[in-house]
Amino acid sequence: MTTNYILGILGSFIVLFALFEMMRRRRLREKHAVLWICVAVGLVVIALAPGLLTYLAELAHVAVPANLLFFSASVVLMLLSMQHSYEIGRLEDETRTLAEEVALLRLAVESPEPTRLEDTE
Amino acid sequence: MRGSCYGDVTAESQPMPVPPPVVRRMRAMSAAPPPRILAIVPAWNEQDAVGQTIKDLRDARPDLDILVIDDGSGDHTAAVAAEAGALVCQLPFNLGVGGAMRTGYRYAVRHGYDAAVQVDADGQHDPAFLGLLLDELKHADVVVGARFAGEGDYRVGLMRGLAMRLLAGTLTRLTKERLTDVTSGFRAVNRRAMGVFAVHYPAEYLGDTVESLVIAHRTGCRVVQVPVAMRPRTTGQPSQSPAKAALYLVRAVIALGLALVRPWPTQLELPPPEKS
Repeated sequence: MTTNYILGILGSFIVLFALFEMMRRRRLREKHAVLWICVAVGLVVIALAPGLLTYLAELAHVAVPANLLFFSASVVLMLLSMQHSYEIGRLEDETRTLAEEVALLRLAVESPEPTRLEDTE
Repeated sequence: MRGSCYGDVTAESQPMPVPPPVVRRMRAMSAAPPPRILAIVPAWNEQDAVGQTIKDLRDARPDLDILVIDDGSGDHTAAVAAEAGALVCQLPFNLGVGGAMRTGYRYAVRHGYDAAVQVDADGQHDPAFLGLLLDELKHADVVVGARFAGEGDYRVGLMRGLAMRLLAGTLTRLTKERLTDVTSGFRAVNRRAMGVFAVHYPAEYLGDTVESLVIAHRTGCRVVQVPVAMRPRTTGQPSQSPAKAALYLVRAVIALGLALVRPWPTQLELPPPEKS
């Protein structure tokens, strides 16, 4: 029990510290960080007070407290991947628009006027 | 979200010096200038076919400006097309037909073209029918050159045929116009529809054909078809294996379903016409 307890606290603090460090170095955008901070703080709280998890499990009528943890973890992960899919789609849209604009600008720089019109002169 | 990244077409088209001096002089001379028409040719790794396609286009319709959109080809498509006398717009990487077409329509809108035609680079589309397509623009905003409409003979497998009929049937019911071949990439488009396609031309699978027609209809454009005969491809082979055809059917249904339930802007985003 004590080993588990210490491991849990250690793990959750490592997650919290890693997130803080990523934000400090501007590797993590604030809009993504909110969810992650909630996760990290939640982990720390549960690691410090394991009784809380048991209490919540009883409230939710979950027989094994660890299963509640697993369930909520999978929900969080699913939400995160949905958000990432959305962000990727948006980025692809923006990249596409940029690629099209780059191509048009390149055309404008290399041949400012339609060649056929020059032929008619 | 879409509006924020695409809505700037109008603003950006301002500083472009639209009519080249030659055109301006021509306009000044004749009271009714001939319509300026742009042929947009999306090409991806078509170095063997694109040269002949452009030559045919120029022979059949010397009045057209030809813009080849090189969709990130890994071969000499761009060089061959430029050699053949077309304007070449090179995309930095492959975007699919949808990306290539939107680029073409943006060019057409910003340079003040009156109409645009869309022709495949592989030589399937016979430029002899361009006149027919452009004539029909008097009555419609988008004209599709359609197979299976009586002209020419064109055969497809059972599954593919089923998918095509399903798509055509749904769009016929939606637009209340007789459409038999909605996956055709042979089209003529007027100013109004050009303005729509310059902003919304989907890049997804089947988006360049089916979904774009749905968008055109939703934004109030009239879509009609003209029967055309297609020539056999000069290079490459059509995919005809049963598994591929079945996959095509499934993807077609998904693409069509999504196209029908997606919200599309009902307003036209027409950039200002060229300054006189």
